[in-house]
Amino acid sequence: MSSPLLEVDHINSYYGDSHILFDVSLEVNKNEVVALLGRNGAGKTTTLNTLIGFVRPRSGRVVFDGTLTHNLQPHAIAQLGLQLVPEGRRIFGNLSVEENLVLAGLTAKNRWPLERAWEIFPRLRERRRSPGTDLSGGEQQMLAIARALVRQPKVLLLDEPFEGLAPIIVRDLLATCRALAEGGQTILIVEQNTTAAMTLADRAYILNNGHIVDALSAQSLRAHPELLHTHLGV
Amino acid sequence: MINWANFVSQLFNGLVLGALLALIASGLTIIYGTLGVLNLAHGAMFMLGGYAGWLAYTYTNSFVVAVIAGSLFVMLVGVIMERGIIRYFYSRPHEDQLLVTFGLGMVFVETVRFFFGSLSKTVPPPPGLVGITPLGFMFYPTYRLALLGIVLVALLALYLVLYRTRIGMVVRAGIEDSAMVGALGIDVYKVFMLVFGIGALAAGFAGIVNAPVVSIAPDVGEAILVQTFTVIVIGGVGSFPGAVLGGVIAGEIISLTSMFNPGYSHVMLFVAMTLVLVLRPYGLLGTAGRE
Repeated sequence: MSSPLLEVDHINSYYGDSHILFDVSLEVNKNEVVALLGRNGAGKTTTLNTLIGFVRPRSGRVVFDGTLTHNLQPHAIAQLGLQLVPEGRRIFGNLSVEENLVLAGLTAKNRWPLERAWEIFPRLRERRRSPGTDLSGGEQQMLAIARALVRQPKVLLLDEPFEGLAPIIVRDLLATCRALAEGGQTILIVEQNTTAAMTLADRAYILNNGHIVDALSAQSLRAHPELLHTHLGV
Repeated sequence: MINWANFVSQLFNGLVLGALLALIASGLTIIYGTLGVLNLAHGAMFMLGGYAGWLAYTYTNSFVVAVIAGSLFVMLVGVIMERGIIRYFYSRPHEDQLLVTFGLGMVFVETVRFFFGSLSKTVPPPPGLVGITPLGFMFYPTYRLALLGIVLVALLALYLVLYRTRIGMVVRAGIEDSAMVGALGIDVYKVFMLVFGIGALAAGFAGIVNAPVVSIAPDVGEAILVQTFTVIVIGGVGSFPGAVLGGVIAGEIISLTSMFNPGYSHVMLFVAMTLVLVLRPYGLLGTAGRE
Protein backbone atom coordinates (compact mmCIF):
# COMPACT_ATOMS: atom_id res chain seq x y z
CA MET A 1 0.00 0.00 0.00
CA SER A 2 1.55 3.28 -1.09
CA SER A 3 1.37 6.25 1.23
CA PRO A 4 -1.52 8.68 0.74
CA LEU A 5 -1.04 11.71 -1.51
CA LEU A 6 -2.29 14.00 1.24
CA GLU A 7 -1.93 13.07 4.87
CA VAL A 8 -3.21 15.21 7.71
CA ASP A 9 -1.90 14.06 11.04
CA HIS A 10 -3.42 15.31 14.29
CA ILE A 11 -3.54 18.99 13.44
CA ASN A 12 -4.73 21.62 15.92
CA SER A 13 -5.63 24.97 14.38
CA TYR A 14 -6.65 28.22 16.03
CA TYR A 15 -8.13 31.56 15.01
CA GLY A 16 -6.52 33.87 17.51
CA ASP A 17 -7.24 32.21 20.82
CA SER A 18 -10.16 30.11 19.60
CA HIS A 19 -9.30 26.46 19.21
CA ILE A 20 -11.03 25.38 15.98
CA LEU A 21 -9.55 22.02 14.93
CA PHE A 22 -8.83 19.29 17.49
CA ASP A 23 -6.42 16.54 16.44
CA VAL A 24 -7.89 16.34 12.97
CA SER A 25 -6.46 13.49 10.92
CA LEU A 26 -7.45 12.46 7.44
CA GLU A 27 -6.00 10.97 4.28
CA VAL A 28 -6.62 11.44 0.62
CA ASN A 29 -5.23 8.89 -1.83
CA LYS A 30 -4.34 9.50 -5.43
CA ASN A 31 -7.34 9.50 -7.82
CA GLU A 32 -9.75 9.55 -4.89
CA VAL A 33 -12.63 11.91 -4.17
CA VAL A 34 -13.03 12.49 -0.46
CA ALA A 35 -15.79 14.55 1.12
CA LEU A 36 -15.52 16.42 4.38
CA LEU A 37 -18.99 16.86 5.80
CA GLY A 38 -20.23 18.73 8.81
CA ARG A 39 -22.49 21.45 10.06
CA ASN A 40 -21.87 25.14 9.74
CA GLY A 41 -18.95 26.05 11.95
CA ALA A 42 -17.69 22.49 12.29
CA GLY A 43 -14.25 23.53 11.01
CA LYS A 44 -14.46 22.37 7.39
CA THR A 45 -13.19 25.59 5.85
CA THR A 46 -10.54 25.91 8.56
CA THR A 47 -9.31 22.46 7.61
CA LEU A 48 -8.90 23.49 3.97
CA ASN A 49 -7.35 26.83 4.99
CA THR A 50 -4.84 24.93 7.10
CA LEU A 51 -3.98 22.65 4.19
CA ILE A 52 -3.34 25.56 1.83
CA GLY A 53 -1.35 27.52 4.42
CA PHE A 54 -3.76 30.37 5.19
CA VAL A 55 -3.88 29.06 8.75
CA ARG A 56 -0.80 27.56 10.37
CA PRO A 57 -1.59 24.67 12.71
CA ARG A 58 -0.13 24.94 16.23
CA SER A 59 0.60 21.23 16.30
CA GLY A 60 0.36 18.21 14.07
CA ARG A 61 1.69 17.78 10.57
CA VAL A 62 0.54 17.80 6.98
CA VAL A 63 2.38 15.70 4.42
CA PHE A 64 1.60 16.41 0.81
CA ASP A 65 3.17 14.22 -1.85
CA GLY A 66 6.08 13.41 0.44
CA THR A 67 6.73 16.99 1.60
CA LEU A 68 5.94 18.42 5.03
CA THR A 69 3.79 21.44 4.21
CA HIS A 70 2.25 22.68 7.45
CA ASN A 71 4.93 25.35 7.93
CA LEU A 72 5.08 26.50 4.31
CA GLN A 73 3.65 29.69 2.83
CA PRO A 74 0.52 29.34 0.64
CA HIS A 75 2.42 30.06 -2.56
CA ALA A 76 4.95 27.31 -1.81
CA ILE A 77 2.15 24.85 -1.08
CA ALA A 78 0.34 25.83 -4.28
CA GLN A 79 3.54 25.30 -6.24
CA LEU A 80 3.70 21.74 -4.93
CA GLY A 81 0.34 21.09 -6.57
CA LEU A 82 -2.32 21.70 -3.96
CA GLN A 83 -4.97 24.07 -5.25
CA LEU A 84 -7.89 25.64 -3.40
CA VAL A 85 -11.21 26.66 -4.93
CA PRO A 86 -12.19 28.88 -2.02
CA GLU A 87 -15.51 29.48 -0.38
CA GLY A 88 -17.11 32.53 -1.96
CA ARG A 89 -15.03 31.91 -5.14
CA ARG A 90 -12.73 34.91 -4.59
CA ILE A 91 -12.18 35.55 -8.26
CA PHE A 92 -10.47 38.82 -9.18
CA GLY A 93 -13.27 41.18 -10.17
CA ASN A 94 -10.98 43.80 -11.69
CA LEU A 95 -9.34 41.23 -13.94
CA SER A 96 -11.00 39.79 -17.02
CA VAL A 97 -11.93 36.11 -17.15
CA GLU A 98 -8.89 35.45 -19.30
CA GLU A 99 -6.58 37.43 -17.00
CA ASN A 100 -7.81 35.41 -14.03
CA LEU A 101 -6.73 32.24 -15.80
CA VAL A 102 -3.43 33.63 -17.08
CA LEU A 103 -2.59 34.84 -13.56
CA ALA A 104 -3.32 31.39 -12.15
CA GLY A 105 -1.01 29.75 -14.67
CA LEU A 106 1.95 32.10 -14.13
CA THR A 107 3.83 29.90 -11.68
CA ALA A 108 2.42 26.48 -12.59
CA LYS A 109 4.97 23.94 -13.70
CA ASN A 110 2.60 22.39 -16.23
CA ARG A 111 -0.25 24.65 -17.08
CA TRP A 112 -3.17 24.05 -19.33
CA PRO A 113 -3.45 26.03 -22.51
CA LEU A 114 -6.49 28.31 -22.20
CA GLU A 115 -8.18 26.22 -24.91
CA ARG A 116 -8.49 23.35 -22.46
CA ALA A 117 -10.33 25.56 -19.96
CA TRP A 118 -12.63 26.86 -22.70
CA GLU A 119 -13.46 23.26 -23.70
CA ILE A 120 -14.61 22.41 -20.19
CA PHE A 121 -16.41 25.71 -19.66
CA PRO A 122 -17.50 27.05 -23.08
CA ARG A 123 -19.45 29.76 -21.29
CA LEU A 124 -16.18 31.23 -20.01
CA ARG A 125 -14.81 31.48 -23.53
CA GLU A 126 -17.79 33.63 -24.50
CA ARG A 127 -17.09 35.87 -21.53
CA ARG A 128 -13.30 35.85 -21.72
CA ARG A 129 -13.03 39.66 -21.96
CA SER A 130 -15.58 40.42 -19.23
CA PRO A 131 -14.34 41.61 -15.86
CA GLY A 132 -14.92 39.13 -13.07
CA THR A 133 -17.42 41.44 -11.39
CA ASP A 134 -19.80 41.08 -14.37
CA LEU A 135 -20.12 37.31 -14.03
CA SER A 136 -23.13 35.52 -12.59
CA GLY A 137 -22.63 33.32 -9.53
CA GLY A 138 -22.50 30.18 -11.67
CA GLU A 139 -19.98 31.71 -14.06
CA GLN A 140 -17.86 32.87 -11.13
CA GLN A 141 -17.81 29.34 -9.77
CA MET A 142 -16.83 27.97 -13.19
CA LEU A 143 -14.02 30.51 -13.30
CA ALA A 144 -12.90 29.65 -9.77
CA ILE A 145 -12.70 25.96 -10.70
CA ALA A 146 -11.05 26.67 -14.05
CA ARG A 147 -8.53 28.92 -12.32
CA ALA A 148 -7.49 26.00 -10.13
CA LEU A 149 -7.51 23.47 -12.97
CA VAL A 150 -5.19 25.42 -15.29
CA ARG A 151 -2.46 24.74 -12.72
CA GLN A 152 -3.02 20.99 -13.13
CA PRO A 153 -3.17 20.44 -9.37
CA LYS A 154 -2.36 17.07 -7.89
CA VAL A 155 -5.13 17.64 -5.36
CA LEU A 156 -8.07 19.97 -5.85
CA LEU A 157 -9.64 21.38 -2.68
CA LEU A 158 -13.24 22.42 -3.28
CA ASP A 159 -14.82 24.59 -0.58
CA GLU A 160 -18.61 24.71 -0.88
CA PRO A 161 -18.57 24.81 -4.68
CA PHE A 162 -22.36 24.55 -4.98
CA GLU A 163 -23.26 27.13 -2.35
CA GLY A 164 -25.86 29.65 -3.44
CA LEU A 165 -26.23 28.33 -6.98
CA ALA A 166 -29.41 27.43 -8.83
CA PRO A 167 -30.14 23.67 -8.99
CA ILE A 168 -29.64 23.52 -12.74
CA ILE A 169 -26.19 25.07 -12.41
CA VAL A 170 -25.33 22.73 -9.55
CA ARG A 171 -26.27 19.82 -11.82
CA ASP A 172 -23.94 21.04 -14.59
CA LEU A 173 -21.05 21.71 -12.21
CA LEU A 174 -21.57 18.32 -10.63
CA ALA A 175 -21.34 16.69 -14.03
CA THR A 176 -18.12 18.59 -14.71
CA CYS A 177 -16.66 17.53 -11.36
CA ARG A 178 -17.65 13.93 -12.00
CA ALA A 179 -15.92 14.01 -15.38
CA LEU A 180 -12.81 15.39 -13.68
CA ALA A 181 -12.93 12.64 -11.05
CA GLU A 182 -13.35 9.97 -13.70
CA GLY A 183 -10.33 11.45 -15.45
CA GLY A 184 -8.35 10.74 -12.27
CA GLN A 185 -8.40 14.16 -10.60
CA THR A 186 -7.90 13.80 -6.85
CA ILE A 187 -10.42 15.94 -4.97
CA LEU A 188 -11.13 16.87 -1.37
CA ILE A 189 -14.56 18.48 -1.24
CA VAL A 190 -16.25 20.37 1.57
CA GLU A 191 -19.96 20.81 1.05
CA GLN A 192 -23.15 21.54 2.95
CA ASN A 193 -25.10 19.95 0.13
CA THR A 194 -24.44 16.42 1.34
CA THR A 195 -26.43 14.75 -1.42
CA ALA A 196 -24.44 16.51 -4.12
CA ALA A 197 -21.13 15.81 -2.40
CA MET A 198 -21.92 12.12 -1.93
CA THR A 199 -22.72 11.58 -5.61
CA LEU A 200 -19.07 12.51 -6.21
CA ALA A 201 -17.21 11.11 -3.24
CA ASP A 202 -15.70 7.68 -2.68
CA ARG A 203 -15.40 8.30 1.06
CA ALA A 204 -16.41 10.88 3.60
CA TYR A 205 -15.17 12.19 6.91
CA ILE A 206 -17.61 13.71 9.34
CA LEU A 207 -16.38 16.78 11.20
CA ASN A 208 -18.21 17.92 14.29
CA ASN A 209 -17.09 20.85 16.48
CA GLY A 210 -13.56 20.52 15.18
CA HIS A 211 -13.31 16.77 15.75
CA ILE A 212 -13.38 14.03 13.13
CA VAL A 213 -16.15 11.85 14.50
CA ASP A 214 -16.49 9.28 11.75
CA ALA A 215 -15.05 8.06 8.47
CA LEU A 216 -17.40 6.34 6.07
CA SER A 217 -17.30 4.79 2.65
CA ALA A 218 -19.79 5.94 0.04
CA GLN A 219 -21.35 2.46 0.00
CA SER A 220 -22.00 2.41 3.73
CA LEU A 221 -23.45 5.93 3.51
CA ARG A 222 -25.79 4.87 0.74
CA ALA A 223 -26.76 1.75 2.67
CA HIS A 224 -27.22 3.63 5.93
CA PRO A 225 -28.27 7.20 5.22
CA GLU A 226 -29.38 7.47 8.85
CA LEU A 227 -25.68 7.71 9.76
CA LEU A 228 -25.64 11.21 8.32
CA HIS A 229 -28.77 12.12 10.25
CA THR A 230 -27.12 11.06 13.47
CA HIS A 231 -24.01 13.11 12.82
CA LEU A 232 -25.33 16.13 11.01
CA GLY A 233 -28.94 16.29 12.07
CA VAL A 234 -30.03 16.65 8.45
CA MET B 1 -15.41 90.33 -8.44
CA ILE B 2 -13.72 87.44 -10.10
CA ASN B 3 -10.82 88.31 -12.31
CA TRP B 4 -11.28 85.86 -15.20
CA ALA B 5 -7.65 85.75 -16.28
CA ASN B 6 -6.74 84.98 -12.72
CA PHE B 7 -9.49 82.35 -12.54
CA VAL B 8 -8.28 80.50 -15.64
CA SER B 9 -4.73 80.68 -14.40
CA GLN B 10 -5.81 79.17 -11.07
CA LEU B 11 -7.76 76.52 -12.94
CA PHE B 12 -4.51 75.60 -14.68
CA ASN B 13 -2.61 75.62 -11.40
CA GLY B 14 -5.25 73.29 -10.00
CA LEU B 15 -4.79 70.92 -12.90
CA VAL B 16 -1.01 70.85 -12.45
CA LEU B 17 -1.32 70.31 -8.69
CA GLY B 18 -4.06 67.75 -9.31
CA ALA B 19 -1.94 65.72 -11.71
CA LEU B 20 0.92 65.80 -9.24
CA LEU B 21 -1.35 64.71 -6.38
CA ALA B 22 -2.78 61.99 -8.62
CA LEU B 23 0.70 60.58 -9.19
CA ILE B 24 1.67 60.65 -5.50
CA ALA B 25 -1.72 59.25 -4.50
CA SER B 26 -1.41 56.41 -7.01
CA GLY B 27 1.69 55.28 -5.16
CA LEU B 28 0.00 55.53 -1.78
CA THR B 29 -3.17 53.81 -2.93
CA ILE B 30 -1.54 50.79 -4.60
CA ILE B 31 0.62 50.29 -1.50
CA TYR B 32 -2.39 50.46 0.79
CA GLY B 33 -4.52 48.35 -1.54
CA THR B 34 -1.97 45.57 -1.82
CA LEU B 35 -0.15 45.50 1.50
CA GLY B 36 -2.95 46.87 3.67
CA VAL B 37 -0.44 49.30 5.17
CA LEU B 38 -1.15 53.03 5.07
CA ASN B 39 2.30 54.49 4.52
CA LEU B 40 2.42 57.69 6.56
CA ALA B 41 6.02 58.17 5.42
CA HIS B 42 4.80 58.72 1.88
CA GLY B 43 4.97 62.52 2.19
CA ALA B 44 8.51 62.29 3.56
CA MET B 45 9.42 60.11 0.57
CA PHE B 46 8.13 62.83 -1.74
CA MET B 47 10.48 65.19 0.12
CA LEU B 48 13.37 62.72 -0.15
CA GLY B 49 12.91 62.63 -3.92
CA GLY B 50 13.32 66.39 -4.02
CA TYR B 51 16.47 66.37 -1.89
CA ALA B 52 18.10 63.43 -3.67
CA GLY B 53 17.40 65.14 -6.97
CA TRP B 54 18.68 68.48 -5.70
CA LEU B 55 21.89 66.83 -4.49
CA ALA B 56 22.39 65.12 -7.84
CA TYR B 57 21.71 68.46 -9.54
CA THR B 58 24.31 70.33 -7.52
CA TYR B 59 26.94 67.81 -8.67
CA THR B 60 25.92 67.37 -12.30
CA ASN B 61 23.92 70.49 -13.21
CA SER B 62 21.67 68.17 -15.16
CA PHE B 63 17.93 68.18 -14.53
CA VAL B 64 17.49 64.81 -16.20
CA VAL B 65 20.11 63.23 -13.95
CA ALA B 66 18.41 64.87 -10.98
CA VAL B 67 15.05 63.33 -11.89
CA ILE B 68 16.51 59.87 -12.43
CA ALA B 69 18.59 60.02 -9.24
CA GLY B 70 15.71 61.36 -7.13
CA SER B 71 13.28 58.71 -8.37
CA LEU B 72 15.62 55.75 -8.12
CA PHE B 73 16.93 56.77 -4.71
CA VAL B 74 13.44 56.89 -3.23
CA MET B 75 12.54 53.59 -4.88
CA LEU B 76 15.59 52.07 -3.23
CA VAL B 77 14.61 53.59 0.11
CA GLY B 78 11.15 52.09 -0.36
CA VAL B 79 12.44 48.60 -1.09
CA ILE B 80 14.87 48.69 1.86
CA MET B 81 12.14 50.03 4.13
CA GLU B 82 9.74 47.26 3.07
CA ARG B 83 12.32 44.46 3.38
CA GLY B 84 13.90 45.78 6.54
CA ILE B 85 10.96 47.01 8.58
CA ILE B 86 7.46 47.09 7.06
CA ARG B 87 7.23 43.36 6.35
CA TYR B 88 7.48 42.58 10.05
CA PHE B 89 4.30 44.60 10.53
CA TYR B 90 1.99 42.85 8.04
CA SER B 91 0.43 40.69 10.71
CA ARG B 92 0.54 43.40 13.39
CA PRO B 93 -2.42 45.67 14.21
CA HIS B 94 -3.06 48.71 12.00
CA GLU B 95 -2.08 51.05 14.85
CA ASP B 96 1.41 49.57 14.87
CA GLN B 97 1.69 49.99 11.10
CA LEU B 98 0.63 53.62 11.35
CA LEU B 99 3.08 54.29 14.16
CA VAL B 100 6.03 52.70 12.40
CA THR B 101 5.45 54.48 9.08
CA PHE B 102 4.77 57.78 10.85
CA GLY B 103 7.98 57.30 12.82
CA LEU B 104 9.97 56.50 9.70
CA GLY B 105 8.63 59.67 8.11
CA MET B 106 9.91 61.69 11.07
CA VAL B 107 13.29 59.99 10.84
CA PHE B 108 13.54 60.90 7.14
CA VAL B 109 12.55 64.53 7.78
CA GLU B 110 14.93 65.03 10.70
CA THR B 111 17.80 63.25 8.94
CA VAL B 112 17.46 65.61 6.01
CA ARG B 113 17.22 68.59 8.37
CA PHE B 114 20.36 67.40 10.17
CA PHE B 115 22.42 67.21 6.99
CA PHE B 116 20.97 70.02 4.90
CA GLY B 117 19.36 72.39 7.39
CA SER B 118 15.86 73.84 7.46
CA LEU B 119 16.39 76.43 4.75
CA SER B 120 14.71 75.66 1.48
CA LYS B 121 16.60 74.57 -1.63
CA THR B 122 15.75 75.27 -5.20
CA VAL B 123 16.28 73.31 -8.36
CA PRO B 124 15.93 75.48 -11.48
CA PRO B 125 13.87 74.19 -14.36
CA PRO B 126 15.87 72.70 -17.23
CA PRO B 127 17.06 75.17 -19.87
CA GLY B 128 14.41 75.59 -22.52
CA LEU B 129 11.62 75.32 -19.98
CA VAL B 130 12.35 78.58 -18.15
CA GLY B 131 10.29 81.74 -18.45
CA ILE B 132 6.69 82.09 -19.47
CA THR B 133 4.67 80.94 -22.42
CA PRO B 134 1.87 82.97 -23.99
CA LEU B 135 -1.29 80.90 -24.27
CA GLY B 136 -3.21 83.55 -26.18
CA PHE B 137 -5.51 84.55 -23.37
CA MET B 138 -2.85 84.48 -20.66
CA PHE B 139 0.79 83.97 -19.88
CA TYR B 140 1.73 80.84 -18.00
CA PRO B 141 5.06 79.65 -16.53
CA THR B 142 6.63 77.35 -19.11
CA TYR B 143 7.87 74.79 -16.63
CA ARG B 144 4.45 74.41 -15.02
CA LEU B 145 3.04 73.68 -18.42
CA ALA B 146 5.80 71.15 -19.02
CA LEU B 147 5.23 69.68 -15.54
CA LEU B 148 1.65 68.91 -16.49
CA GLY B 149 2.93 66.99 -19.51
CA ILE B 150 5.68 65.24 -17.54
CA VAL B 151 3.26 64.08 -14.85
CA LEU B 152 0.67 62.97 -17.39
CA VAL B 153 3.31 60.87 -19.13
CA ALA B 154 4.29 59.36 -15.77
CA LEU B 155 0.65 58.56 -15.01
CA LEU B 156 0.27 56.99 -18.44
CA ALA B 157 3.38 54.89 -17.85
CA LEU B 158 1.99 53.75 -14.50
CA TYR B 159 -1.31 52.93 -16.18
CA LEU B 160 0.42 50.88 -18.87
CA VAL B 161 2.43 48.97 -16.29
CA LEU B 162 -0.67 48.25 -14.20
CA TYR B 163 -3.04 47.36 -17.03
CA ARG B 164 -0.89 46.04 -19.86
CA THR B 165 1.80 43.94 -18.21
CA ARG B 166 1.79 40.67 -16.32
CA ILE B 167 3.40 42.32 -13.33
CA GLY B 168 0.60 44.88 -13.36
CA MET B 169 -1.95 42.09 -13.54
CA VAL B 170 -0.45 40.50 -10.43
CA VAL B 171 -0.46 43.87 -8.65
CA ARG B 172 -4.11 44.55 -9.54
CA ALA B 173 -5.05 41.07 -8.33
CA GLY B 174 -3.03 41.67 -5.16
CA ILE B 175 -4.88 44.91 -4.47
CA GLU B 176 -8.12 42.92 -4.54
CA ASP B 177 -7.12 39.79 -2.64
CA SER B 178 -3.44 39.25 -1.94
CA ALA B 179 -4.03 36.03 0.01
CA MET B 180 -5.71 34.47 -3.02
CA VAL B 181 -2.79 35.54 -5.20
CA GLY B 182 -0.59 33.56 -2.82
CA ALA B 183 -2.85 30.53 -3.10
CA LEU B 184 -2.26 30.63 -6.86
CA GLY B 185 1.44 29.99 -6.32
CA ILE B 186 2.68 33.58 -6.53
CA ASP B 187 4.98 34.77 -3.75
CA VAL B 188 3.01 37.74 -2.45
CA TYR B 189 5.92 39.04 -0.41
CA LYS B 190 7.88 39.63 -3.61
CA VAL B 191 4.83 41.39 -4.98
CA PHE B 192 4.64 43.51 -1.82
CA MET B 193 8.28 44.57 -2.21
CA LEU B 194 7.71 45.46 -5.84
CA VAL B 195 4.56 47.44 -5.08
CA PHE B 196 6.28 49.34 -2.29
CA GLY B 197 9.12 50.13 -4.69
CA ILE B 198 6.75 51.37 -7.41
CA GLY B 199 4.75 53.42 -4.91
CA ALA B 200 7.92 54.99 -3.52
CA LEU B 201 9.17 55.66 -7.04
CA ALA B 202 5.99 57.60 -7.82
CA ALA B 203 6.44 59.75 -4.70
CA GLY B 204 10.13 60.35 -5.35
CA PHE B 205 9.60 61.23 -9.00
CA ALA B 206 6.86 63.69 -8.04
CA GLY B 207 9.16 65.20 -5.41
CA ILE B 208 11.93 66.06 -7.84
CA VAL B 209 9.84 67.16 -10.84
CA ASN B 210 7.91 69.51 -8.55
CA ALA B 211 11.09 71.02 -7.12
CA PRO B 212 11.39 73.81 -9.74
CA VAL B 213 7.83 74.91 -8.87
CA VAL B 214 7.88 74.76 -5.09
CA SER B 215 11.25 74.97 -3.40
CA ILE B 216 12.07 72.01 -1.20
CA ALA B 217 12.34 72.00 2.57
CA PRO B 218 12.47 69.13 5.08
CA ASP B 219 8.78 69.43 5.98
CA VAL B 220 7.46 69.91 2.44
CA GLY B 221 5.96 66.43 2.54
CA GLU B 222 3.60 67.04 5.46
CA ALA B 223 0.99 69.02 3.56
CA ILE B 224 1.41 66.68 0.59
CA LEU B 225 0.68 63.64 2.78
CA VAL B 226 -2.53 65.20 4.08
CA GLN B 227 -3.64 66.19 0.58
CA THR B 228 -2.73 62.78 -0.85
CA PHE B 229 -4.66 61.03 1.87
CA THR B 230 -7.81 63.01 1.07
CA VAL B 231 -7.26 62.23 -2.62
CA ILE B 232 -7.42 58.48 -2.08
CA VAL B 233 -10.40 58.77 0.25
CA ILE B 234 -12.24 60.88 -2.35
CA GLY B 235 -11.25 58.64 -5.26
CA GLY B 236 -11.64 55.29 -3.52
CA VAL B 237 -8.95 53.43 -1.65
CA GLY B 238 -6.99 50.98 -3.80
CA SER B 239 -8.29 52.41 -7.06
CA PHE B 240 -5.81 53.84 -9.58
CA PRO B 241 -8.48 55.63 -11.65
CA GLY B 242 -9.86 56.88 -8.33
CA ALA B 243 -6.49 58.37 -7.42
CA VAL B 244 -6.38 60.23 -10.73
CA LEU B 245 -9.92 61.58 -10.42
CA GLY B 246 -9.47 62.41 -6.74
CA GLY B 247 -6.19 64.15 -7.52
CA VAL B 248 -7.72 66.48 -10.08
CA ILE B 249 -10.67 67.25 -7.80
CA ALA B 250 -8.39 67.97 -4.83
CA GLY B 251 -6.01 70.06 -6.95
CA GLU B 252 -8.83 72.24 -8.24
CA ILE B 253 -10.41 72.67 -4.81
CA ILE B 254 -7.11 73.77 -3.28
CA SER B 255 -6.24 76.03 -6.17
CA LEU B 256 -9.62 77.71 -6.61
CA THR B 257 -10.13 78.23 -2.89
CA SER B 258 -6.69 79.81 -2.64
CA MET B 259 -7.87 82.45 -5.07
CA PHE B 260 -10.28 83.74 -2.42
CA ASN B 261 -8.56 82.75 0.79
CA PRO B 262 -5.60 80.35 0.92
CA GLY B 263 -6.32 79.65 4.57
CA TYR B 264 -9.49 77.86 3.61
CA SER B 265 -8.07 75.59 0.93
CA HIS B 266 -7.61 72.61 3.28
CA VAL B 267 -10.92 73.29 4.96
CA MET B 268 -12.68 73.02 1.61
CA LEU B 269 -10.70 69.88 0.82
CA PHE B 270 -11.91 68.26 4.03
CA VAL B 271 -15.45 69.41 3.31
CA ALA B 272 -15.26 67.62 -0.03
CA MET B 273 -13.83 64.51 1.60
CA THR B 274 -16.56 64.53 4.24
CA LEU B 275 -19.24 64.87 1.56
CA VAL B 276 -17.81 61.91 -0.32
CA LEU B 277 -17.62 59.85 2.85
CA VAL B 278 -21.25 60.62 3.63
CA LEU B 279 -22.63 60.10 0.13
CA ARG B 280 -20.29 57.40 -1.20
CA PRO B 281 -18.33 55.88 1.68
CA TYR B 282 -16.14 53.78 -0.63
CA GLY B 283 -15.01 56.81 -2.61
CA LEU B 284 -16.06 57.96 -6.06
CA LEU B 285 -14.48 55.04 -7.93
CA GLY B 286 -13.88 52.64 -5.05
CA THR B 287 -15.56 49.31 -4.60
CA ALA B 288 -17.47 48.15 -1.58
CA GLY B 289 -16.16 45.51 0.74
CA ARG B 290 -12.64 46.75 1.37
CA GLU B 291 -11.48 46.80 4.93
